[in-house]
Amino acid sequence: MKGDGMAESTRAFAEQFDDPLQQKEAAQAGMWVFLVTEVLFFGALLTAYTVYRHLYPAAFREASRRTDLALGSINTAVLLTSSFTMALCVHAAKTGRRAALVALLALTMALGAGFLAIKGVEWAREIHEHLLPGPSFEFPSAYPGEAGRQAQLFFVLYFVMTGVHALHLVIGIVLLGVLAFFAALGRYRSDYYTPVEVAGLYWHFVDIVWIFLYPLLYLVGGPR
Amino acid sequence: MSDARAHYLNAGHSMRSWLLTKDHKRIALLYLASVTALFFVGGSAAVMFRLQLLTPHGHLVLPETYNKLFTLHGIVMVFFFLVPAVPTVLGNFLIPLMIGAKDLAFPRINLLSWYLFIAGAALALGATLYGGVDTGWTFYTPYSSVFSNTYVVATVMGIFVAGFSSILTGLNFIVTIHKMRAPGLRWFRLPLFVWAIYATSFMFVLATPVLAMALLLVGLERVLHLGIFNPALGGDPLLFQHFFWFYSHPAVYIMVLPAMGVISELIPCFSRRRLFGYEFVVMATFGIAFLGFLVWGHHMFVSGQSAFAGLVFSFLSFVVAVPSAIKVFNWTATLYKGRIRFHTPMLYALGFIGLFTIGGLTGLFLATLGVDVHVHDTYFVIAHFHYIMVGGSVMAYLGGIHYWWPKISGKMYPDALGRWAAVLIFVGFNLTFFPQFIVGYLGMPRRFYMYPPEFQVYNVFSTAGASILALGYLLPLGYLLWSFWYGPDAGDNPWGASGLEWKTSSPPPVRNFETKPVVDEEPYDYEGGRYG
Ligand SMILES: [Cu+2]
Repeated sequence: MKGDGMAESTRAFAEQFDDPLQQKEAAQAGMWVFLVTEVLFFGALLTAYTVYRHLYPAAFREASRRTDLALGSINTAVLLTSSFTMALCVHAAKTGRRAALVALLALTMALGAGFLAIKGVEWAREIHEHLLPGPSFEFPSAYPGEAGRQAQLFFVLYFVMTGVHALHLVIGIVLLGVLAFFAALGRYRSDYYTPVEVAGLYWHFVDIVWIFLYPLLYLVGGPR
Repeated sequence: MSDARAHYLNAGHSMRSWLLTKDHKRIALLYLASVTALFFVGGSAAVMFRLQLLTPHGHLVLPETYNKLFTLHGIVMVFFFLVPAVPTVLGNFLIPLMIGAKDLAFPRINLLSWYLFIAGAALALGATLYGGVDTGWTFYTPYSSVFSNTYVVATVMGIFVAGFSSILTGLNFIVTIHKMRAPGLRWFRLPLFVWAIYATSFMFVLATPVLAMALLLVGLERVLHLGIFNPALGGDPLLFQHFFWFYSHPAVYIMVLPAMGVISELIPCFSRRRLFGYEFVVMATFGIAFLGFLVWGHHMFVSGQSAFAGLVFSFLSFVVAVPSAIKVFNWTATLYKGRIRFHTPMLYALGFIGLFTIGGLTGLFLATLGVDVHVHDTYFVIAHFHYIMVGGSVMAYLGGIHYWWPKISGKMYPDALGRWAAVLIFVGFNLTFFPQFIVGYLGMPRRFYMYPPEFQVYNVFSTAGASILALGYLLPLGYLLWSFWYGPDAGDNPWGASGLEWKTSSPPPVRNFETKPVVDEEPYDYEGGRYG
């Protein structure tokens, strides 16, 4: 894929920087620092999960068995595949293949959207089964009394964690959409594709978060 | 603005040129205006409850109003003044200048941070206008999430939004300091203010998201009646306290480290000496930033956390005092045999050292388990943290504003008046807060709208001091604003100070330097003959 042949009349980097390399390094460093913040953001939720699972191990096991292991596992595969296609996006950008870049960005977005769709099916089923915390929550349990409340705590964390994760994915999809638009216009070349690279970091991070959530939410119940 | 030279202040006079600016110096002034306004909002609340406390059974405000007033004071002062003040005003203005850069790495994100800050402040203050919040600035659950009938959700969302402003500001500073230093400006040639802002930025990035998540959960628990922190529904209220203090203890250092950075600039300049033990101060800065993350449990000695945890947190709280003490020793040693000039900024710096030392030492009382049980939740605690936050951070902030004002505005203020204001603030501050150590030790609890008559004399002193303090704060507002338009031109380097920010013109040009600076000297080279 060759470039559009037009001479770049605008500068290739923003005016606060000295050169393109400095800009690229700044953008990458910025994303890494942002991801550090994100680790702590999810870290608070993981801490809350750890505390309550430690307090209520039996209820958490039992509640975890009510999640949809099959759909959750499929979703894990979908998201991992999207990470693979995201890596291919960066490669396509690096080698300057514009059409491939646009196609791969679209594919990655589609996989992300697929994940959200499956997640939506799960949520709908759980709401239908009265697992949404609140007045309608029902949890018939082998352990009487407290167990219902404790299981509800599991589902509070389940919905908050998967919800915050899904929100990150939505942002990621929008981000890739913007990139695909500019990629189609030919803004990224083999010597300038920092936004693709930086968005890739974000996308992989959102995947990694899921790699933590999947066992905590779906697998702690043990064999069902 | 009659001078012909172009600089950042006369580069466009329209509202739009300010509200859509990407120039870090203009954004600093936007922050300056905002945090100053918020400071006076938080201050007015304090004036009102100090008047209420003039008599044991004050009838100025209703008990509920009193609760809302101290909550408003705490929230505005902590989240919307002390945390942002030095980094967003002085940091924004100075970091690119001090490292010889044209701007921060992400100017648009910098502007976005200001808008997030304003949006957060508007949410929190809007909730106040609608009727206020009565939880205290700490939002302890389950009171905040279940029982309080006030506007908790809007307020915590305001703090949540402003939190992203902090995070993005910190991110911007970290990247800028890493990637955009001028040639020759090695890490160990950086001014200590830059080091301080760098360490603070890490605390922004690491601590703020935890508070954000905790407040989000409080909001969810309140709106959806979930049981995250509510013990009646299986939740653990202590978990909220852990989250809250995991942010809010480091937040103390978010307020104090930048202030220490300011002091480390002022002391060498007005003593005409190289800062004693530069490397030690750098190390101490990171020691404080690191240890600051490990001591949050000292706010929970009487909360029911385990005795072992209490012991560990107590020990670590003693340890964190060491790097702070190192800094105080270094500043004092810099003064020794220095040619001290008592200009306005220096008075604030000396005031800082004294007041911060008192605040720090009384912190050790509170870090001691047995003593803390006695004085916990009394005015002793109030006095302690006001010595740190007002005696420390606000003094340093004002010292910094006075020091860099000639650079920011290009004008000089009347120094004699400035010195009077500094003395007034020092006296007013001590008169307000020193009696609170005593009355707290005698057992007067915080957060009550009335008190036994035998405590009245201390409260009268406090209220009298507060009115002197208020006057002291209004003075600089007046003469600084006056000087901005009518003051005499200050010149590029009125203090004969080292540092790149003084090597460009005042006010600086839009892109900061006419030619890219190259650094060939060690920091604070006041004895090398370059600065007279
Ligand atoms: Cu603390």
